[in-house]
Parts: sequence; structure tokens; C-alpha cells
Amino acid sequence: MTQESPKPSKVYFFSTCLIDAFYPDAGLAAIRLIEREGVRVAFPSGQSCCGQPAYNSGFPAEARAVARRQIQAFREDIPIVVPSGSCAGMMKHHYPKLFAGENDLPQAQAFSGRVFEWSEFMVQVLGVRLEDRGAPLRVTWHSSCHAMREMQVIGHSKDLIRQLRNVELVELAHEHECCGFGGTFAVKHPAISGALVNDKVDDIQRTGAARVIAGDCGCLMNITGAAAHRGLPFTGQHLAEFIWERTHDG
Amino acid sequence: MSDTARDRILDRLRRAPRSELPRPAAAAAAAAPQRAAMLARLKSLLEAMRAEVHVVPAADWLPRLKEILRARSIKTLLYAPDTGVGAELSAAWEADASGLPDLVPYGGPVETFKDQLFAVDAAVTTAAGAVADTGAIILRPGPHEPRLMSLVPSIHIAVLPSAAIFPSLGDAMREGRWSADMPTNLLLISGPSKTADIELTLAFGVHGPKELIVLILE
Amino acid sequence: MTADRFETDVDRALADAQLRKNFAFAMGSFILKRKAVFSDAAETERLRTLGNAIKQSALSRLPELLEQLEASCTRNGIRVHWAETPAVANRIVLEVIESHAGTRVVKGKSMVSEEMHLNAFLATHGIEAIETDLGEFIIQLNGETPSHIIVPAIHKNKAQISKIFHEKVPGAPYTEDVAELTAIARRTLRRRFQEATVGVSGVNFAVAETGTLCLVENEGNGRMCTTLPSVHIAVMGLEKVVETLEDLPPLLRLLTGSATGQLVTTYVNLITSPRREGEKDGPQEVHLVILDNGRSRIYADPELRQTLQCVRCGTCLNHCPVYTRIGGHAYGFVYPGPIGKILNPQVEGLDKAGPLATASSLCGACEEVCPVKIPIPALLRRLRNESYSTAPDSAVLGHGCRQNLTERLAWKGWAFLNTHPRLNRWVTALLGAFGEYLPPAGPLERWMRYRTEPMFAPKSLHRRIKEEGLTDE
Repeated sequence: MTQESPKPSKVYFFSTCLIDAFYPDAGLAAIRLIEREGVRVAFPSGQSCCGQPAYNSGFPAEARAVARRQIQAFREDIPIVVPSGSCAGMMKHHYPKLFAGENDLPQAQAFSGRVFEWSEFMVQVLGVRLEDRGAPLRVTWHSSCHAMREMQVIGHSKDLIRQLRNVELVELAHEHECCGFGGTFAVKHPAISGALVNDKVDDIQRTGAARVIAGDCGCLMNITGAAAHRGLPFTGQHLAEFIWERTHDG
Repeated sequence: MSDTARDRILDRLRRAPRSELPRPAAAAAAAAPQRAAMLARLKSLLEAMRAEVHVVPAADWLPRLKEILRARSIKTLLYAPDTGVGAELSAAWEADASGLPDLVPYGGPVETFKDQLFAVDAAVTTAAGAVADTGAIILRPGPHEPRLMSLVPSIHIAVLPSAAIFPSLGDAMREGRWSADMPTNLLLISGPSKTADIELTLAFGVHGPKELIVLILE
Repeated sequence: MTADRFETDVDRALADAQLRKNFAFAMGSFILKRKAVFSDAAETERLRTLGNAIKQSALSRLPELLEQLEASCTRNGIRVHWAETPAVANRIVLEVIESHAGTRVVKGKSMVSEEMHLNAFLATHGIEAIETDLGEFIIQLNGETPSHIIVPAIHKNKAQISKIFHEKVPGAPYTEDVAELTAIARRTLRRRFQEATVGVSGVNFAVAETGTLCLVENEGNGRMCTTLPSVHIAVMGLEKVVETLEDLPPLLRLLTGSATGQLVTTYVNLITSPRREGEKDGPQEVHLVILDNGRSRIYADPELRQTLQCVRCGTCLNHCPVYTRIGGHAYGFVYPGPIGKILNPQVEGLDKAGPLATASSLCGACEEVCPVKIPIPALLRRLRNESYSTAPDSAVLGHGCRQNLTERLAWKGWAFLNTHPRLNRWVTALLGAFGEYLPPAGPLERWMRYRTEPMFAPKSLHRRIKEEGLTDE
């Protein structure tokens, strides 16, 4: 689906487990921004997690069981919009591998073909135009590894931010470097993860930005948690929540 | 039936599940660049690697060589008498060797020649060809021009006919039909010896020559 | 190696400010150099795809190519030996050395010889093998192992190296001038080259078609080791064979560009036979030792076989955020970095080197730059699966070694929760209300060493959406 094809009348929204439990406002913002473009959003209540934590930790059978549940919950042949490059990458690129040799591989492949990362959907499919209603602000952007390397949607995310007239986007010196979250990596190898996140936090601090915007809540939780631990002043926000805050009335 | 390490290793490899993957298709041959462009690229890349490059008309190579030698106060010059280059050198020195280094032939097997080899100031060899896209000269050492000539002396001077410059290494291999008959040792050399092992700081003349001088004959 | 020892080594490395500074500087430089020499994205992609295809094609015919290599080498007068283990390979090298009058050995850089622990083995037999690559020379003086595949002494800065030279090289003054340090190394090693009777080297690529050993280097020490002594012993892993000479140009371009950001190394040394009739130099004998050391076992698994595509360029190390921070020694095994994380556990066993496979965030930086497109994150995932696998017939050494009830129950519990939506919502609601009272133990404690506690939202998105009236379908 590209900008040439007609806008879908309805899409699914996959919240991701982190947004569900920790950042519901980001999820609501993402949904409202889609609805504002005249697209209906359906939210299957049977959804939970994309399965990536188990998939990366050596438990593929458990990951598959959970992935199967998601595939079953999103039955209609409509796009599935995901506010996370990491979860979108899991569903789009890794589900076919996870289901290799399984009877429901065709369903998994069909499902994967309908997955969009949220900023990719907003820019590529909806061609959204934004009007900035906020006060001048300097922000920086954190690229999650999967958004960069698997989904390759960073351009779309930055496009959305750059549409905001009063927002100054300063890029990180080491944008390509992992923040150290890596799911269970952060708790399996805390010292290495700690070193990575602290370097990321230093990098953000050096930009002088008041806020770091990210498209992935795992990274966000990691970075803002480390910044707060060090008493640093900058805050973090999910891209959708940021865009909603800057562009909605009232 | 012998059960050697070789047999056990090969047996394990053969028993693995595999399907033969075809060799990748050769890339479409690029249009051969102009001779002048290749020469320019070769010169530029060699110089970037800190080689010194002189492009001279074929007839002038000896006078240029003499200039180079005189400018560096080189006392001994290792050479290969049984090559074309070597024969021309002998003749030129016979005519007039004033202010020039003594010519030292690679006198015998390295076992007996070693001390002298390590004592000479410079060596001059032919270059069998060159590769333009990566900037390297090709040397084919042999009975007449031993390998160590281009390694041991601090200064290595290579004489390269410009007609022997190939666009790429693949072209050199194909046109030279290398696979039909490989020499004992075949070398690509792209500059003086160097290292960046200390804090990534470049230093030259580690174990090989400190200077590479290439005379390209047109 | 236990998980504890790895953590200890990691902690020590992370606390070493000089080490972190040295590596941050060096890896940053390598990243920029590689970018500069592979500036054309489309061409780079084409080359990497080609490199991957050449390697996969060669690996698909590995036993045939090895036989062809042996036949070609033998025809050329190169003596081919096969070794299943490092111990056997070491014995072969020792026998060759001892069968000659002199036992003065000089060595070019070879990671396979590190796998063999060759120097230590020879030392127990009274033979000193002098490392001649400048980086290897430095660490040998200091009794260390290499910390990087291409630049073995990269963990040391100039001041540290100057001190080593001054203290360990007889007669060397203290100097931090790089040209002077290089000159000291040149003088010292030149004598060794002249006196050496045996030269040991690695092999970058072995060409089956012509029986040619291809070695690349910038310093010239490799050529010294393989030309001056009367005996040359080359050691190589069995995966290094390629089919034809024409496979070399793209592989050399990829290896050189990825390893040092150059278009070509100073020397490309193609060795096809010992000294022939009428030649005045070159070794009288050339030996090739082909080492298995677990590679044939790795080969047996088509997915893990991709590990053997590696050309040892070191670029995955350069781009790895973990390697950049902990350096090479903390890995505790011969090969550091991402390639080390997949290779060491497969060679040594998951039970011995297993922690390496989990010490990655799967960021994918390595995969993005690997010149032969090894899917390192996928192979790490595979090794993690194997660590916990209950399947009895896996060929991976040490598989199932991490099986434990706690993790199995935890993941089964996680799966149950995430496949039972109503239960999931109930637990989420509970955490939303009481999550802050969770005791900081286990994973939470480890998280909170560097971060504040994550705050559960009072109402989950599921709940908010129900309240907003958004529909299921």
C-alpha cells in the first residue's frame, strides 16, 4: 500500500504490551491521529504481545503460541498499525520465520503483509499534513535499532517531526548506536546495558534538547529511566503522543 | 580402509545435508576505460598510498632513474641482470656510472647472499603489470628476479610499461590467464610498507620498503 | 567459562576508563573509514551480495573443494596436513619444525594459530615463536592475547605501548614517537627474520583451482615470514577455501575495505609453490595445515553453517556497541565481538561459552556491515534456542545446558498470560494499582541499578479504549 492507493476506511491498531501497560496515552494519541484523518480504528480486545521477548530469549515455542493468538485476533484483511518499530519488525519480518514449517505459515505470512509501523502508515499511506500549535521547543530523536534496520521507517518519523514549524529537531551524534534495552538483555547483562544507556543519555544531554522523542516504548522506558536515575532534566515522549500534543485543538 | 584425519573430516562434511549452490554469475564486463584514465587513476591511488610515481616516455626512463638515485645518495642498487630492465641498466652503467650507486646483482641463493641483500640501499625490478581500480602494481618474481628484491631493501623502484595496466584485478587475471600457470609467488604491491597498529597512527617502512618508486613508461 | 567470570571481566573492562577511551576512539575511526571506502550504497550492496554468494557456493561444495585444493597444492609441491583438533595441528607444526636443523620461528598474524594456542605449545617444547606483526609483537612482549582480529594491540594507547617497548625491548629508549617506535620494531625483528629457519603464517583465502594461498598485509612481515626462512608452515581453518582465482578480487575488496577502510592492502601475496629450480629465494618447503576444530560439526547444520562464511575482517567488532565498551579480552575466548559470540560457543560448547550468546541486544549493527552477510542476530537467536532446547538430537555442542525450571516456568507463565486476554487484563489492572509495591528483586533489581522504577499506568490502554468506546472490529 502506497500513497498512490486509496486510503483504507478501517485499520486495526496493535497497542504493544508496553504501551498497554506503561504508555496508554501514547496509544490513544496514535489512534486519535489516525481517526483524525477519517480512518476508522478497530482495537481487538484479544490482543496482547507480539511475542518478541520469548523469541529473543530462546523460547520460540512460547513466542509462537503468543504470536498465534495475535494472528487470530486480527482476522480481517485490513492494515495493522503498530506504534513500535520493534514490534512491527517482529510481526512483519520474524513471524514468517517463526512459523516456518508450521501449518499456519500462510496465515502468518498474510498477517505479516498487513503490518505497518505507525509513522510509516501516517506518512506513506495517509500522507498526513500537520499544523504545529505548540510553543518553540528543541527536541532530539532516538532511532530504535529495529525501526532503523528492520523496518527502515526513521525517515517517516523524522518527516512528522519536521512538519512541526516550531520544533527544532537536533540529531544525536551517535544516532546509530543501540540504547542498550534489547528486551531481556537489559536484565541479563545489566552492566553492559547500563553502559550503553548511560552513553545514550550523555549523547541526548549534549544536544541541549528538552525532550527526546522515540517511536519505541522499550527504548523510551530505558532512556527516561536512566536519565531520571541520574537526575537529568530532559524528558521522553512517544512520537504519537508528541505529535498529538503539538497538533490537536484544546 | 584407512581412517585418517583427512578421511574423517571429509566424511563428516560429506554427510551434512546440503544442496549445491551455483557459482554467482560474473558481473557484466564494464566498458574498458581509456588508457589515459587508467594511468591517471593508478598514479593517483599509488600516490595516496605514499608511493612516488613518475610517468616518463619509455626512452627516458634511465635518465629519470639516475636522477632519482642521485637525489637520494643511494650507494648500492640491487638489480636483476637477466631481465630486460637489468640488461639496459648494465649497459648504461658501463657507459657512465659517475655519481651513481654500484650495481649489485642478486648473486646466488639467498642462503649465501643474505648479508648483502640486507645491506643494499635499494632495488630495481620490473613490474609485470598494474591494476588501476585499486592502485597496485603486479610483480612476477622468478629465477631472474627473486622475490626478496621487492621486500628487503628500504627503497624499491619498479619499472612498469603503461601498456600493462589493467582496469581491474579480475581483468589482469583473465587477460593474463593466471589460472593456467601460476608462478611460485605473485605479488600485488600498492605502496611502501605501513602499519596503523599504534593508536591508528600511520607509520611507514615497518618491515618492507620505506619507499616505493614507480616508473611508468609510456 | 562461567557466567560469573564473564560478568567479572565485563565489570572490570567497563570500569577501565582508559580502555573505554582507547576502544571508543579506535572503533569510531574504523566506522568512518569503512563508510568512506564503501560510499556508494548500491555498489556496496551488490558487492556484499556477491561476497555472500561466493562464500555460500564454496561452502556448498566444501569437501570437493578441499579435495581439489589438496590435489592442486600437492601437485605444486605444497605438503598438505589435516588436523581435527588444535592439539593435532600443534603436533604437526612441531614435527615440521623439529625435523629441520634450526628451530628459530617467526610468525605472521594468524587467528587460527591463536585458536591452537600455538605459541604456548611451542614454548613448552623450548621453541620461541616470535610474533612479527607489529600489534602482535607488542602484545607478545607484554604477555597478552590479541583484543581485536585486525589490530591486536588496539586496547593499548601510545603511552602504554611506549612503556612496553622501553621495558621489554633490550636497549630501547622511552619514546612516544610512532615513527621511532616503528623503527625499533623494524630493527629488532629484522634480525629475527634473518636468523629464522621456519616461518608460520595464516591464510586469508586458499584457491582450490590453482593450489594458491592468498595472504594480505600492510607491513611486509608476512612476506618476510613466508619467503625468507627455508620452511613455511601455513595454518588455516577448513572454511577458507574458495574455488577459483577470480573469486579473489571481490572478496579482497570486501575484506580490505571492511577491515581497514582501504581499497587494497599494501601487499597481496599469492603463494603457489616452494622454491622452484633456478629460483634464488623462497622456502624450500611449504606446508599447509588444514584445521577442523569443530568446523565440520558447525557445517552439519545448514543455518549455523553461515558462521563459516566469515572472512575475519573484524568489521562486526568495530560496529558493535558491546565490543566497543568491553573490549576484546572480556570475551574470554579467542574470537571477540559478534563473530566471537557465534563462533566460540559452537567450537567450545554452549555450556562453556554460552554467556556470549546472550550478551547482545540484537541491535543488528553487525549484520548491516558484514561483507558476506552473515545473519549474526538470527544465529545468536538460534544459539539461545539451542541453550534451552530439550530436543535430544541437536548437533550443537552443549545444547540444552541452560535448561532450568525457573525460566521455563516464567516463559510458560508469560505465554499463558498473553494467550488469555481476560486474565491478562486482570493482571495488568492489578499491576496498575499495586505495581509500585513490587519488591526490587531479580530482574527488577537489575533494571533499577541504572534506572528508576518503571511506572505502570493506573489504567491500561485496553481499559481506556473500552471506556472511550472503541470497537473490537
